[in-house]
Amino acid sequence: MIINHPLLGPRDSQEFVYLGDAALIHRPDGMAEGALDKFIDYTYLRDNPAGVHRELWYHEQGDRSWLVVTRNTVSHEITAVDLARDVARTEGRSK
Amino acid sequence: MRYSGFRVIAEALTGHKGWKPAWRDPAPQASYDYIIVGGGGHGLATAYYLAKEFKQARIAVLEKGWIGGGNVGRNTTIVRSNYLLDGNEPFYEFSMKLWEGLEQDFNYNAMVSQRGIINLFHTDAQRDAATRRGNAMIMHGADAELLNKDQVRKMYPFLNFENARFPIKGALMQRRGGTVRHDAVAWGYARGADQRGVDIIQNCEVLGMKIENGRVLGVETSRGFIGAKKIGVAVAGSSSKVMAGAGMRLPMESHVLQAFVSEGLKPLIDGVITYGAGHFYVSQSDKGGLVFGGDIDGYNSYAQRGNLPVVEDVAEGGMSLMPMIGRARLLRMWGGIMDMSMDGSPIIDKTHIEGLYFNGGWCYGGFKATPASGFVFAHLLAKDTPHSTATAYRFDRFAKGLMIDEKGQGAQPNLH
Repeated sequence: MIINHPLLGPRDSQEFVYLGDAALIHRPDGMAEGALDKFIDYTYLRDNPAGVHRELWYHEQGDRSWLVVTRNTVSHEITAVDLARDVARTEGRSK
Repeated sequence: MRYSGFRVIAEALTGHKGWKPAWRDPAPQASYDYIIVGGGGHGLATAYYLAKEFKQARIAVLEKGWIGGGNVGRNTTIVRSNYLLDGNEPFYEFSMKLWEGLEQDFNYNAMVSQRGIINLFHTDAQRDAATRRGNAMIMHGADAELLNKDQVRKMYPFLNFENARFPIKGALMQRRGGTVRHDAVAWGYARGADQRGVDIIQNCEVLGMKIENGRVLGVETSRGFIGAKKIGVAVAGSSSKVMAGAGMRLPMESHVLQAFVSEGLKPLIDGVITYGAGHFYVSQSDKGGLVFGGDIDGYNSYAQRGNLPVVEDVAEGGMSLMPMIGRARLLRMWGGIMDMSMDGSPIIDKTHIEGLYFNGGWCYGGFKATPASGFVFAHLLAKDTPHSTATAYRFDRFAKGLMIDEKGQGAQPNLH
């Protein structure tokens, strides 16, 4: 698979390390009410869809950026690649 | 029809006109007592043992494609019970014992071949770990033997013993381990279940579940609604998809694992060799092809095909273990979809929905577990209590911190 890095252009997926579902960006608040259950869900449960999947890839052998790659798990087709920091900010984290 | 050597001779003398289809092709009834979703090895074994051992009736197996067309036809056919942890070893040893009596039990030639499996080690620390594992196996009634370098060399003189990074120092051997003809396992269980009245319904995909007041009433399928008192889901690879129909999220990711077969060669490897350090394992099929594989590709996938980096990685592992493999040509390669559970161990448990039971999360080790998985799942379905060898495979082990970390990793190494 070729991942079209927003800063570096097309790169072989071998340069990356895979982490999984991009929902992992939204780490629960450990101080909130019911945090334990939320962390169990966050740590262990996954949507695991057959089809379009937003996922985190880390460019370890490159610029060490985290990316959110939108990829189809049935066809392996990649339709969008964004910097994870941009995604996290638009989705309301680290303001 | 009972199969036997005599039967083969009798049929040979009469032009093979007496053979009948090994199972029926029934239309689905309006309702059943038990519906098993998934006509793979585990689902068919479950139906077989439900009917045979637990004397249940009105059972159907629903399969979206054809039976044996999923992971039971896509694995590398190895059976073994060389596990370490208490939650695992009794279960896998139970499976090994069922393998040993399987062909007589279901009257089908599954080509169970206990040709021995070795796990190579390369350091003193690995040798100690292998010793510990071997002792754990023996304490649970399995067999284990520690081989030194010379003993391994005598068995497989062509291995690269002096590899600079991973010199072979010995191996842990389980002589009762080996290989089984994978398709025949599905066919044998299908035939045995069918003979006991189980309806095996192919081309019948489960699209959703009907649940009212916390109780499951049946499944919506591509061939209409089918009612059921109890539903057992055994669809490893697609577990998240099917269980989403019941509104459940699972502690699983689906990943693709590739396997490979070389061209047919003369007899070369009479057992199974695993080379964990090099992410490579190999055996030789009865037709002569080297059957080998390595790691999962490492990203979520339902594609049943992998990518080239892992092909390269497996080939490198093969070259470092037995350099002569470089002269063999690759004949076929394929991918199967694994339920990678978050601790690397399976789940066989009731769900919070009354009448809905789940069996999955087999990671890349489901084939060897087929008979025991079917047996204990049938036990759970029939009696509502887990079988004594499968009490640890619960959904709530993640929340309770009772993970079964046999390998110390699940879908990914960084989770534990």
